[in-house]
Amino acid sequence: MPTEILMPALSPTMEKGNLAKWLKKEGDTVKSGDVIAEIETDKATMEVEAIDEGTLGKILVPEGTQDVAVNTPIAVILADGEDASAASAPSPQAAQSAPPVEAAPLEPSPVAASAPAAPAIVNSAVATPPQPAAIPEPEVPEGTEFVTQTMREALRDAMAEEMRRDGDVFVMGEEVAEYQGAYKITQGLLQEFGPKRVIDTPITEHGFAGVGVGAAMAGLKPIIEFMTFNFAMQAIDQIINSAAKTLYMSGGQVQSSIVFRGPNGAAARVAAQHSQDYTSWYSHIPGLKVVAPYTAADAKGLLKAAIRDPNPVIFLENEILYGHSSPVPKLDDFIVPLGKARIARAGKDVTLVAWSIGMNYALKAAEELAKLGIDAEVIDLRTIRPMDTDTILASVQKTGRLVTVEEGWGQSGVGAEIAARVMERAFDYLDAPVLRVFGKDVPMPYAANLEKLALPSVQDVIDAARAVTYR
Amino acid sequence: MVVAAKKTVAGKTAPKTAAKAATTRASARRSEKAASVLDFTKEQDLEAYKMMLEIRRFEEKAGQLYGMGLIGGFCHLYIGQEAVVVGMQLALKQGDQVITGYRDHGHMLATGMDPKGVMAELTGRRGGYSKGKGGSMHMFSIEKGFFGGHGIVGAQVSLGTGLAFANHYRDNGNVTLAYFGDGAANQGQVYESFNMAELWKLPVVYIIENNKYAMGTAVNRASAQTDFSRRGASFNIPGEQVDGMDVRAVKAAGERAVAFARSGKGPYILEMLTYRYRGHSMSDPAKYRSKEEVQKMRTEHDPIEQVRARLLEKKWASEDDLKAVDAGIRDTMNAAADFATNDPEPDASELYTDVLR
Repeated sequence: MPTEILMPALSPTMEKGNLAKWLKKEGDTVKSGDVIAEIETDKATMEVEAIDEGTLGKILVPEGTQDVAVNTPIAVILADGEDASAASAPSPQAAQSAPPVEAAPLEPSPVAASAPAAPAIVNSAVATPPQPAAIPEPEVPEGTEFVTQTMREALRDAMAEEMRRDGDVFVMGEEVAEYQGAYKITQGLLQEFGPKRVIDTPITEHGFAGVGVGAAMAGLKPIIEFMTFNFAMQAIDQIINSAAKTLYMSGGQVQSSIVFRGPNGAAARVAAQHSQDYTSWYSHIPGLKVVAPYTAADAKGLLKAAIRDPNPVIFLENEILYGHSSPVPKLDDFIVPLGKARIARAGKDVTLVAWSIGMNYALKAAEELAKLGIDAEVIDLRTIRPMDTDTILASVQKTGRLVTVEEGWGQSGVGAEIAARVMERAFDYLDAPVLRVFGKDVPMPYAANLEKLALPSVQDVIDAARAVTYR
Repeated sequence: MVVAAKKTVAGKTAPKTAAKAATTRASARRSEKAASVLDFTKEQDLEAYKMMLEIRRFEEKAGQLYGMGLIGGFCHLYIGQEAVVVGMQLALKQGDQVITGYRDHGHMLATGMDPKGVMAELTGRRGGYSKGKGGSMHMFSIEKGFFGGHGIVGAQVSLGTGLAFANHYRDNGNVTLAYFGDGAANQGQVYESFNMAELWKLPVVYIIENNKYAMGTAVNRASAQTDFSRRGASFNIPGEQVDGMDVRAVKAAGERAVAFARSGKGPYILEMLTYRYRGHSMSDPAKYRSKEEVQKMRTEHDPIEQVRARLLEKKWASEDDLKAVDAGIRDTMNAAADFATNDPEPDASELYTDVLR
């Protein structure tokens, strides 16, 4: 039977890519291990190797095709004696059911190396984010032009702009320079700023976090990239005991103007050790600021503010959001102040508070709730510490109802903190108990169905909002 | 206790002995006391004597105030190890930085920090270097190039490597001294730092103060490799063992190491063979070693007595001269203790300051 070659996923979160080039043509003999094609994403270009032997019977997706979905059949390999006509009409079922074993892409990063590339199965509600509502932001002047950018590009631009502005700013981490970033956030920085300011480190998080803090104590402004915050657990002593506490312990003499940044929380199908959300961990610590943007514009403006901030800032990104595009104001120096929440959607019946990828659930739920006649107000917290409690309280005073949304665990979570603050300061305004939507109280499972169950869902948010509005 | 200064070279070029090191370990490790210990001038011996005695008198006073309940928490005294920081400080120039762990009073005084400010921090008063918020283990003086004072064992090694990174980044010609003990020398981040420092040729001198005990654990019970000068071997970082009780040997080794780092050749390790007379902290009864062991070090190898004997023998100072020096230092330390006793505690409003800038 002819074997279909499917569009491979280069990473657990990849959904589509471009078929850059065919290196074999129809009729060529293909042996296991032959490179047959090159595919590219916004992160990387990869070679596709054949696993099966035979003849390249038919090319189904010509080179130069953009946005080919993962698992789409791209070619057919014929065994001895098989005819190309047998492969002319591939079953659409094949793309759904067959795992992409026909092609084994090179692994794009050590993260993926420890978690083999699999078809990206992402909660569809999460994968297609609603566009943030166009409520004018105070930090953007009227009439400003917007450009659509991915969060990845916005983060890169933020670092590049700050590095141009201040020679003391440098970026250090695993694969940030030559490799152009494990998630391509530092793309092009080495070329512009050189190896003195864009520094590849050994895989020693504890050590290079300490080196970064020491450099900050000497007055430099390091951006320390963790490939993911999961690995920053190795470095958390330096982050907390050295970066966060030294200003206080030195009576105000020694500051650490440093940004620790990288993807935080669950990506897709990378299991418990690579999927943890550390928002509440860092939000616990006096002496730190904690930021978790949702839109590309906020990612840019907040990262620029974080780099200029004289304090240590934990900048929590999200891998799934990296490729998402949203409008970014075209300004020479766009800054979003730390510590200010944003009302992403105005409403009067219930307040939904979220941040980072939690906003995906909240905004999608708000759309569904509107169909049920429930007018939800969605607050994007943006900065977790210091927390803009006043914006939450003002909203709750209007709606009388509150639901918090986060992917992290519930116990001692950020939602628990928000609920406590609202209870303490706006108890009389509440018309229903505060409800929290959060990740299930289990290590993140690998199996696709279990992973989906472990994460919050849009339906969870809808259910909670209906419960607190008694509708 | 090995008192003869020995030099080992960890696998690559170091001044003078590189060729020998490449032949056999035995030849590389032979005693070079005569070659490495340079005699001090009268002025140098007098200065070293005064600096070491200041540290000792300060620590004795701190021990006294601790006993009176004026100093709280942990208090780790440096008595016995004075030659290390004094000898190293004499090898530095303005702009160089010092960072260390929690046994830090001696390092602070050696960098020229005011005993009043240090003592007032020990008593938790507003005139302390950290306004009373840091305590014994957490003090800083950017003006004097002293970057702490760190309470987490080994953390200062990565941080010190970061200070050196900043020197390298700015190409300012400054060198960082990162001090740590034989206990910290087993921490993982020490080796992560060694790797980066050598990889990037950072101007840092790692000074391992081997005082024989990590709290109550003797070196040979915690360390598979007890020759700490060789701990950089797998990173090609040269190292030396130094008689840390002889201030002249310390200064000579310090000058070699600092010159090496300053010239852009990268990090250098100095293992200081030293000894603390007091317990790990004030609350340590020190049952893990004999009184005789301590007494033998005090009578035969005391760093201050060695200089004192030289000064008298060479007739560079009389007993009366040295008594006068001691009296002056005692006055200084009494004044520091008075200040630290009478200075008010921090204002309650200081609770919420300096959390963020």
